[in-house]
Amino acid sequence: MTEIRIAGLTKRYGEKTAVNNLNLTIQKGELFALLGVNGAGKTTTIKMLSCLIAPTSGDAVLLGDSIVSACSAVKEKINVSPQETAVAPNLTVMENLEMIAGIYGSDRKAAGIKAAGMLSAFCLDEVACSKAKTLSGGMQRRLSIAMALISEPEILFLDEPTLGLDVLARRELWNAIGKLKGKVTIILTTHYLEEAQALSDRLGIMAKGELKAVGTVPELVSRAGAQTFEDAFVALATDQGVNV
Amino acid sequence: MRLLVFASRNWKEIVRDPLNLAFGFGFPLVLLLLLTAMQKNIPASLFRIEELAPGMAIFNLAFISLFSGMLIAKDRSTSFLMRLFTSPLSASDFILGYTLPLLPIAVMQCVIFFAAAFFLGLAVNVTVLVALAVVLIPVAVLFIGIGLMAGSVFTDKQVSAICGAGLTNACAWLSGIWFAPGLVGGWFEAIAYALPFVYAVNAARAAIAGDYASIFPQLWWVIGYAVVIMTAAILVFWKWMGSDHM
Repeated sequence: MTEIRIAGLTKRYGEKTAVNNLNLTIQKGELFALLGVNGAGKTTTIKMLSCLIAPTSGDAVLLGDSIVSACSAVKEKINVSPQETAVAPNLTVMENLEMIAGIYGSDRKAAGIKAAGMLSAFCLDEVACSKAKTLSGGMQRRLSIAMALISEPEILFLDEPTLGLDVLARRELWNAIGKLKGKVTIILTTHYLEEAQALSDRLGIMAKGELKAVGTVPELVSRAGAQTFEDAFVALATDQGVNV
Repeated sequence: MRLLVFASRNWKEIVRDPLNLAFGFGFPLVLLLLLTAMQKNIPASLFRIEELAPGMAIFNLAFISLFSGMLIAKDRSTSFLMRLFTSPLSASDFILGYTLPLLPIAVMQCVIFFAAAFFLGLAVNVTVLVALAVVLIPVAVLFIGIGLMAGSVFTDKQVSAICGAGLTNACAWLSGIWFAPGLVGGWFEAIAYALPFVYAVNAARAAIAGDYASIFPQLWWVIGYAVVIMTAAILVFWKWMGSDHM
């Protein structure tokens, strides 16, 4: 079942084209990675799909609702974990979770129950009463993703979820994200090849605002005629590859 | 419900910041105590509590701009607002959510400040307190509007400089708290009377003095400024929300 259908999505800032004519479909429960170097257009794509910025042209339909004409309906079904850690620093971990649940319509009791569930799922029980600003970078990212999930979104956007984390924190977060596979449709942006490889069902390679290739890792390696995924990425991202 | 959840978060962020408490509640109280003590040791009537307290109350409220501006600017810089902009919160939820928690904080500032002034010899009764509330609410709205606008436009470091240093100093020196602007005269006096602070202090002093007829000729200036700045702040925030630069 198709969850997200993107057609001709384009964003221009004056003369600069940040995303150019993006066409893509993503299935329900799929973890789709948008892979690309900095400035490839990944975050701009996420911002358009989550109704943060309006496309210059084109459209995307998320679960039957257009990001151009039905933003309010789209916002009820999605959630986003932004690239930078986005938590309320002087609120406790528990309060951060309850706040997001409340903003998405849960009453106080339901918000408490959902928050307790997230604390457990993301191994944050021990820091439930700690202020968010006192957490390590890795824990703040886990909290940030838990905040994105507490609204029980049908589609989750994870923008560079492990950026700046050490190896151990990254692995912990991969485990947490891996557990979500099949339950929530996830679009994840990253510039770490191994992250896209480890987590995604399919991935799209973006470069200079364009989607250069879409497929599974073996498909992309085969399409580029490369030995490794890194070689395939370089070939496809630098236009040495073949068509999408 | 959503609005209240967001407003509650903003309240907690402000009152749990020790710097906010130190500057917004402690600093004006320390100044009041020092100047009152100074007055007892000098023969001239420089810092009479009846003149000093209402002026200092206005200075006290200037820190509201710092609270709101810093909160909004930090939310923008940490992507917290970006997260919330993808939620079902509406534009009015954001504006009211940032504004409403500041009103009880302003009330708390005034209650604590005038309680201290009372113990330092300021004579107050119920009528005076009602008149003071009439004066201080538009003043609080004015400073909330300045903070909302600053937070929507500037970074947290810039807000700290503009609201924390610039605005509080402008309010301190150009409001007639310590000396009448006419004593300096010229451009200084012209600037002071082009800004709302001196009118706010005059209205507060009239309220304390029980000279109720003199309140509104001064307060209209403050209300006018408050309406214009709050409207402009809402428009600036709205425009920023709809921009491509978040």
